[in-house]
Amino acid sequence: MPSDQTPKGATPRRAVARAAEAAPSTPPATVAPASSGLSSSSPWAYAPAPESREIVSIRQRYGLFIDGKERAPSGGEVTITYNPATEEPLAEVAKGTPADADRAIEAADRAYRKVWSRLHPRDRAKYLYRISRILQERSREFAVTETMDSGKPIRESRDVDVPLAAAHFWYYAGWADKLEYAVPGRRPEAHGVVGQVIPWNFPLLMLAWKIAPALAAGNTVVLKPASTTPLTALLFADVCRQAELPDGVVNIVTGPGSTGMSIVTDPRVAKVAFTGSTSVGVTIAKGIAGHGKGLTLELGGKAANIVFDDAALDQAVEGVVNGIFFNQGEVCCAGSRLLVQESIAEEFLARLRDRMSMLRIGDPMDKNTDIGAINSKAQMETIGELVASGVAEGAQLWQPACDLPTRGWFFRPTLFTNVAQSHRIAREEIFGPVLATITFRTVAEAIEKANNTAYGLSAGIWTEKGSRILQVANAVKAGVVWANTFNRFDPTAPFGGYKESGYGREGGMQGLHAYLRSS
Amino acid sequence: MGKKSKRSEKLNLPLSIDNEGAPRIEVRRTAKLFIGGGFPRSESGRSREVQLAKGGVANIAGGSRKDLREAVRVARGAAEPWAAKTAMVRGQILYRVAELMEGRAAQFRDDLINHGSSKSDATAEVAAAIDRMVWFAGWPDKLSAVLGGTNPVASSHFVFTLPEPTGVIACMAPEHSPLLGLVSRLGGILAGGNVAIVLASESAPLPAVTLAETLAVSDVPAGVVNIITARRAELLPHLVRHADIDGFDLWGCPDELLVEAEQGAAEHVARVARRPHGVKDRADAFDGERGERIDGITAFLEMKTVWHPIGS
Repeated sequence: MPSDQTPKGATPRRAVARAAEAAPSTPPATVAPASSGLSSSSPWAYAPAPESREIVSIRQRYGLFIDGKERAPSGGEVTITYNPATEEPLAEVAKGTPADADRAIEAADRAYRKVWSRLHPRDRAKYLYRISRILQERSREFAVTETMDSGKPIRESRDVDVPLAAAHFWYYAGWADKLEYAVPGRRPEAHGVVGQVIPWNFPLLMLAWKIAPALAAGNTVVLKPASTTPLTALLFADVCRQAELPDGVVNIVTGPGSTGMSIVTDPRVAKVAFTGSTSVGVTIAKGIAGHGKGLTLELGGKAANIVFDDAALDQAVEGVVNGIFFNQGEVCCAGSRLLVQESIAEEFLARLRDRMSMLRIGDPMDKNTDIGAINSKAQMETIGELVASGVAEGAQLWQPACDLPTRGWFFRPTLFTNVAQSHRIAREEIFGPVLATITFRTVAEAIEKANNTAYGLSAGIWTEKGSRILQVANAVKAGVVWANTFNRFDPTAPFGGYKESGYGREGGMQGLHAYLRSS
Repeated sequence: MGKKSKRSEKLNLPLSIDNEGAPRIEVRRTAKLFIGGGFPRSESGRSREVQLAKGGVANIAGGSRKDLREAVRVARGAAEPWAAKTAMVRGQILYRVAELMEGRAAQFRDDLINHGSSKSDATAEVAAAIDRMVWFAGWPDKLSAVLGGTNPVASSHFVFTLPEPTGVIACMAPEHSPLLGLVSRLGGILAGGNVAIVLASESAPLPAVTLAETLAVSDVPAGVVNIITARRAELLPHLVRHADIDGFDLWGCPDELLVEAEQGAAEHVARVARRPHGVKDRADAFDGERGERIDGITAFLEMKTVWHPIGS
């Protein structure tokens, strides 16, 4: 996503060409010659460039990963995980029960007491370095599996999810034997067993964000992946095996939300980390109230992406597109509210529609695809319902004319204008490729509107004026502020929310704090 | 001139000077609430008697749910200007509080003695409380260096992380360390740039009342600290469900109320600080370095990460 690198003086049309990831390096090939037999209705038509699936061998059935071994679920039941791009079943996955959770916690507790807490921190670090290296080695396999299981474009799983996951393990590996530098003046201690529940939008990356700091700090882990995207977590179990991580240090329990609840409420689990919806986060926080557990929550968002009249417009268009259409908009920090200054709104929206018309929606395995499949049928329905509410409440809907695949769960990128702040599409997290546009006149009004939400995860600012960036960055109540960029992540940079977007940070030294008790 | 009575000498009470043979009638203080910089009685009209160790009673205002609501309203108004002050100014304002506490040391001592402390314990607690406020006064302009920083990301961006205050914090003050405990928790909230609504110790509310009277003449802006004396178990369920409170310092929350308190806070994803495992709400819980804890500050800070590309 080269949104920062687009030259300022570029015309809109050229900027679009540059923004198309594959375009700059291969200009002639991007225009399909009439003789090639490919559709040439658009000069921007691309030949299919599918990533090979051969590197991946998905098994018919997966068990739970408990105490270093694969185990059948105690109830004997399985659920099926589907490829959202084809609606075809990929594998049967164990439906873990509270009894399985209990077993996993027991294994984690034993591993903590007998092995992991007795290991020299230097050796903990070396295990984490090993894991990072193996993730790098097997990155293609992980990327393909992730895309097949989640529906996200291979370009994103290959260039973002998997490398960042490896980088997180690498970063936290180095902390393992330097914990006392993270809490100066205090004595750092691990919690013990950590219970973690992660969502389906970045299955491997969220696993890395959770497991890497937890292990570095000296904890052992019971993790429950989302029920629609368990495969990369189960593949990660194989990485633990390859790394010869001691049995029970990482346990993966697949299953429904109720299994997650039995993990987090177990008295042996000393710290809980959850990423997902605010409503489930509240349920978890209430469920463990008074237990004295550590808790970090990374919940929903409704980020404002604020475009001022002096912004470099083509860069801002790229940033807004990246902000809401990255991972089909299934991103908690997605820039789902476009706040654009009234004086440039008309021109900006014209360029935005133009750019949106160039987005390629379709096969996530195609390396040219910009927008892949929506993760599940249920999520398709949620998005559809909220978009319908936008129309019913009087906002104006615009979608580019593009062909959608006939099979799979695909949602057309959607732009709403004439949106009132009271509309559901301006207040509720949609978790889909839907952008709600609101205009403003002054800086103060932009700040007020940006903060007019129960959430506070992220925000975007587009202006060429440095002092205004700092003013607005200071005033917005959001844990991550991207100025003249958006949706950037790095293991060294803390990530997390204000207000109802949760508490605690992931990434950086601050992310380590959540996994340490200090006395 | 008359002579000091034995009792007032011992207690450092206001002078009871013989007035031509008749004892002077002491002017007693009415212990009121502290909301928005003023000293209202409870809107409920309630007050209760607290027996003083050396004889006599004090009438303590019995704060109500509506008093709480009013306190939250004024605290919300005070939050942004307080957070917007420079860290240096906030530090100086806290230091000024310590200066004024020093001047009222005798009254704080009497308050503690009246709640049953020995003279030497009371003297030690007052001294420690003043020193604790000085400790907090030094923190505001160091927090970003200690807790934040620049992040060496693996791309061409300049990225920094800074702490910001959470906002409006309700504090269940420690019950059994009515002055030092109160200062140790309140100091953390203020040093981080937050504003506070305090439910004072129920069994020993006088030091909180005197602290309110100290704050009222300090440079702490009106509404930044609001102190309510009340039946805490009665108000807690309403307090934790107030959606305009961003965080709860439940250090002084009794164990039997903790589940309800945390569930209420969870309802609107409010931040919670609680007493660490194994630590008891005791008179000596904040003595010495045990009380100099940064976690009372960090519990109510939000880390903000800002990204900007490097290059043209």
